[in-house]
Order: sequence, then structure tokens, then C-alpha cells
Amino acid sequence: MGKKIKKSELKTDWSYSPALESTDHVRIPAINDLFIDGKFIPPIKGNYFKTINPANEEKLADVAEADNKDVDKAVKAARKAYNNVWSKMDPAERGKYIYRIARLIQERAREFSVIETMDGGKPIRESRDIDIPLVSAHFFYYAGWADKLEYAFPGKMAKPIGVAGQIIPWNFPLLMAAWKIAPALATGNTVVLKPAETTPLTAMKLAEIIQEADLPPGVVNIINGDGKTGRALVEHPDINKIAFTGSTDVGKLIMKSMAGTGKRYTLELGGKAANIIFEDAAIDQAVEGIIDGIFFNQGHVCCAGSRLFVQESVADTVISKLKDRMESLIVGDPLDKNTDIGAINSKMQLDKIKMYVKIGQKEGASIHQSSCKLPKKGYWYAPTIFTDVSQSHRIMQEEIFGPVLAIQTFRTVDEVITKANNIPFGLSGGVWTDKGAKIFQVSKAIRSGVLWGNTFNKFDPTSPFGGYKESGMGREGGLEGLMPYVNLV
Amino acid sequence: METFIHRIDQVGAQERVSRLFSRSIKKESKIEALHTVLSMIDLTTLEGKDSPGKVKQLCYKAAHLHDQLPNLPTVAAICVYPTMVAIAKKALEGTDINVASVATAFPSGMTPLEYKLNEVKMVVAEGADEVDMVISRGKFLGGEYNYVADEIASVKEACGKAHLKVILETGELVTLDNVRLASDIAMKSGADFIKTSTGKVSPAATPPVVLIMLEAIRDYFKKTGKKIGMKPAGGISKAKLSIQYLVMIKETLGQDWLNADLFRFGASSLANDVLMQILKQSTGVYQSANYFSMD
Repeated sequence: MGKKIKKSELKTDWSYSPALESTDHVRIPAINDLFIDGKFIPPIKGNYFKTINPANEEKLADVAEADNKDVDKAVKAARKAYNNVWSKMDPAERGKYIYRIARLIQERAREFSVIETMDGGKPIRESRDIDIPLVSAHFFYYAGWADKLEYAFPGKMAKPIGVAGQIIPWNFPLLMAAWKIAPALATGNTVVLKPAETTPLTAMKLAEIIQEADLPPGVVNIINGDGKTGRALVEHPDINKIAFTGSTDVGKLIMKSMAGTGKRYTLELGGKAANIIFEDAAIDQAVEGIIDGIFFNQGHVCCAGSRLFVQESVADTVISKLKDRMESLIVGDPLDKNTDIGAINSKMQLDKIKMYVKIGQKEGASIHQSSCKLPKKGYWYAPTIFTDVSQSHRIMQEEIFGPVLAIQTFRTVDEVITKANNIPFGLSGGVWTDKGAKIFQVSKAIRSGVLWGNTFNKFDPTSPFGGYKESGMGREGGLEGLMPYVNLV
Repeated sequence: METFIHRIDQVGAQERVSRLFSRSIKKESKIEALHTVLSMIDLTTLEGKDSPGKVKQLCYKAAHLHDQLPNLPTVAAICVYPTMVAIAKKALEGTDINVASVATAFPSGMTPLEYKLNEVKMVVAEGADEVDMVISRGKFLGGEYNYVADEIASVKEACGKAHLKVILETGELVTLDNVRLASDIAMKSGADFIKTSTGKVSPAATPPVVLIMLEAIRDYFKKTGKKIGMKPAGGISKAKLSIQYLVMIKETLGQDWLNADLFRFGASSLANDVLMQILKQSTGVYQSANYFSMD
């Protein structure tokens, strides 16, 4: 391209100015007490722990730590509310309360998304466009079921089961609270919810909304704390059901402790999804799917597409495009509207990611990282991919829960199905091909709760979600998501 | 022909566009973008009723976008019909604004190749720096890809030193798979620029189409090391959309393409909206449209 057409003196190093989401409108109480029986009350022992912003390590607030006695108080409140009010209420009235919660969340969506981002480190684009809209969508969806249960289960009566203990993770804090609370309330159960100790703040905001919605006291109780609090909740004798989302290791402990107690449980555990790219796929769109699959929410996603299988004939093209695309990802301040990848949720998680990357290097895999500059303070990790990975590498077998992708190549459909299934997990997966028949062939053969065709990470309250094998049991979302909360008689 | 078929997923392409278009461009980056957009405009008049008077006025506007504002760039080029080339060339003397002429029986292209080549030679002889040709869409849709490729190569030869922009008329190609294939054929056959539309067919430039063409340019550059330019045309009249396109270029092709050598907007009314935004950035309020000359 010889001739210079335009002699303009304009700079060509155009970059985006910071576009920070305002935090002025956000009110975070300095002290967050336990929410029990409709009131905020201090913990009996008076212990508090701090929650920080992982993007700058600054303290955001103190949060009450619930011990066994506080848990007991919360369960008693839930039991009382169940017996006296909620299980007896006309279902249409129950629905009205849930609709009210949905609307209030919608009205305060901006505040929720900013707090979610500050407390958890995820980019504001995600909390604003994905997390919080899905939260209200879940409440709206299950509010609709409250007075229609006889249509959900024709010929049967759907009775509530009692008090549900719900323990949720830190990757989608408010969204997981919604997944748990909405179906429980719609079916007439009461709830004791324990958020993760690194991300308690949006759940405490939700407690404010529950007060504002005038929900009868004790129907929803929210208590904070670490694994000890969770354990106290799981082992409480007056709990009828446990709903847990978190790691497979903890899930196994919960199953053991509940054996023989008669308590019901649903477990939403780890994953290591296969994202499969065939040579006849739309490659540029598949690359977007790979990026979204592994780097969405810093890879802190149980259904993350963390194992990539690329057909050999297109492997070089796909990997080269993937590396280019990684360079255009903006890593930095989660409150900047242009940020694609935010902060790692905690120091503990960052250490775990670093450990696995070391393991991958020791195993002989080739590492490639985005050249992005990481902020000095806070917890950060650059988008990372591994090539030359074998099926027997630990980075191919174990859940890393961070922005780290392990890539293998394959030659035939049978080979990739075998490899994709050769793992203890089975939560999700993706298949990319221009051939409709191949999508069905592969999706039938892969044992996972959800398999996306030519897309990834699509969520909808009407669609059930859950795992095979060590990825868990029971389904959340959709009509199936009602089942764990009802006795059919 | 192509040994590797590039398949395009329409839904995925649209999703990518939405992501790119949600970038928040504020403050300095916005002002810089607005100036860049002005410098990339091919100020266009392509009407049956065009006259020397109209073209002369447009040429003056091209060089004097808004003299009340200091430090504004000029547009990149004026784009006119063949009979207006000499007039535009004369009116633009002393500026570094190029004259682009549509040719090859624009907009339909439904004329024998011989006439098309004569037309191209004529506009180049009259002083056109750039030639905007149309491809034979009927032949393309009939699967005669070699015909389309040969025709572009012949036009390129007839262009001599003039730059060749190849208009795909994506509104008639309909699918993104076709857009990608036509882009690949045009670049291989000698296009300096690929261009979406004539502006005479609806839809003209749509964001997914532009994205797919930019991706084709990126892949061609990776393969050959040659930088091909891009020109969306038709329907781009708002500053906001033009900035969103800059985001799309930056994140698809990189900084190298963020200048008038490799990117143009074919537009008639975009300049005034951009000017209005630039003025708003400095004064904080929008001015009446009456303050901006309508040429």
C-alpha cells in the first residue's frame, strides 16, 4: 500500500479513557449484623470479620459471624415462620411477595451491581448486564409458579418440605442467592441462607429489600460466616433440606454428614467443561465462545469451558486467533465499564490458580499469557492458556476456577467424546460445528447437565441447571428447580 | 479458489457486535475519536440530480468543515459520479483531499466489462485518485466466483495508480457467509479497499457485515502481510455509531487501521453530527443544526 492518502496529523494510539461507574449512590453499612426473624441483630458472641474489595484490598465493611447458637436462632425463626405463616399462606399471596422482591431488585439494580463488583471483583459490565438482571428474572419466574404448582405437577399435590438451609458460593453471590431463595419461597418453604465469607454484602442488601417487601419475619434469614457456620447449618437437626453450591470436596463432606438423617439435599459442585471446536465450525465466533467460556467472571464459573478440544486441522488457526483475541481483553479496575476481566476473588483463590499454573508448567505444557499490565494492589491474574496438554495432566483433570485454559487437539468425533467424558465432572460443555446433526450426535454422547451448541454460558431462569457425576445432584432453575423443594402427594 | 471455507455464525457475529458496541467512550477518547472520524469521511454525493454547482459546494465543505472551530482535519475524499470528477478535481486543487469516483456502471454493474473498463480509464484520466467499483452480484450469487474475481482484476489493471475500492453490495449478498467469501475474492483479486454498499440498496452497511469484512481483512493480513482498507457506506449518519465502528476496528484490526489510509466512512450527513458532538464537548451544550452548513 504505497501512497499516503491522508496527511492528517492525528495520533493513532487511540485508547479508551477511564469510564468509571459511579459509587456515590451506594450505601454500604459499616457493620452488617445477622438477619434473623426480620431484624438485624448482633451475633451472640460478638465476633465480626471484615470483607474487602479484592481489586484494591481495601476494607468495605465488618460482617457478623454466626456461631452454632446464632444458627440455631435462625433455624428456630425459620421454623416458626414456616409453621405459623408461610406454609399456610394462600399461594397467590406468596407469589405477590416474591414479585415484590423481584421488582425492588430491579429498581435498585444499579446499586446491587456496584456492590457486587466492589465486594467480589467481577467487572461492572457483568454484574450490570448479567448477574443482577438474572437475579430479578429468577424471582419473577418463580413468583409465577407460586400459585400454579398443580400445573407443574399434574395429578399431584405439591407440599412444602419445611426449613431449607442454603449455602452459596462467592462467584455469583446474589445470583446464587436468587437461585436458592426464589424456588424455596414459591413452594412454601422458609430459608436460612449463608453467603460465602468473601462476598456477603449483596446478600445483606437483599435482606434490606426483604424487610422493605414486608416479608413475614423469619421466612428468609441470612447469616454469615465461614465453613464452621456452614457446618453448623448442615448439621442442625431441625433443617429439612440443604441446598449447597460450592466445591466438590465440601459437597462430599455434606453428603457424608447427611447420610441417614432423612434430610434432603441438592448439590451444585465443580466442573471442568469440554468446549469442543470442530473443523467445520464458524471459527471466529467459536473463538469468542472460547474466550467467554474460560474468561467470563475471571474463570470463577463452575460451568467454565476450561478444557478446550480443537480438531487438529484447525488447531493452529484457532490457537493463533485465540492468542490475538486475548491481547484485546481489558484487564483492570472492575468498576470501569470497559473492563473485560476483573480481580480474582480472594488471595486464597489467587494462590490456588498460581499453584495450578506451576503444576502445568512442571507437567511440561506450554504456557501463553496475555501481555496485559496487572494493577499493583489487589488480586490479579493474566488470562492464560496452556497448549501441548495431555489428557493425564492435572491441569486437564482438576478444576482450577481461574482464567486458565488447557488445550488439547483431537482427530475424530469418537476420540473427542471419549476424552470429554473421561473426567469425574459433568456439569456443562460446548460444541461448535456448522453441522446440526453433529451437535446432536455429540450432545447425546456427552454426560453433562448442559451442553451448549455454537454458544456458551447462556443462562435463563426457565432452563434447569445441574450436574452429572461429581458435579452434583438435583437441578436448579426451570420447572425441575421446584422439585427439590416439594413433597408430591 | 479458497481452500478453506470461512463459515460465519450470524448469532455469534451479532453478539460480538453487541459486546464491541457496549464500550463506553468518554472524555478525551471521545474527542480524539470524533476528530479521527472526520478525517476518515468520504464526503459523498451520488444523485441523478448532481450538478457542478452542488459538487463545488461540497468540495468547499470538504476542506472547510467548520471554520469556526480551530484544528479540525479535512475529510479524506470527495466521492462523486464519473461526470463530476473533473469538476471536483479542480475545486479541490491545493488541498490534500482525494477525489473518488464510482465507476463500473454504478450502482448495478449491469453493463458489459468492456464499457466498465472504459469508464474506469476515463475517470482515472480525469484525475480520480480512487475508484469505487461494484462487483457483479448476479454472477456471484450464480456461483461464478471466477468471473467476479477476473472482473475485479481487470478493473484493478485499468485503475493504474488509482486506488481501487471494491463494493460488495452486501445488502444483495444477504448472508454473512457470502459477505466473507466476496471479501476474500475481492482482496485476492487486487482490491486496495473493500466497501460494503452503494448506498442505493437497503440494508446498506450493517454492524455484523462490517465486523465480518474486518475479520476477513485481518485474516488476509495474517496470511499475506498486506493491509487492505475498509469502507462501510450507507446509513452511517450518527457520531455515536461512527465511534462504535472505531472500537470495532481497534479491537479487530488494531491501531494500524485507525487512519484514513486504511479506513473510510462513506457518508453524506455524518460530518455535521460529528461536528455537533465536537462542539458539544467544548461548550457543554448542543447547538442548533442551523449552525452547521448543509452542503
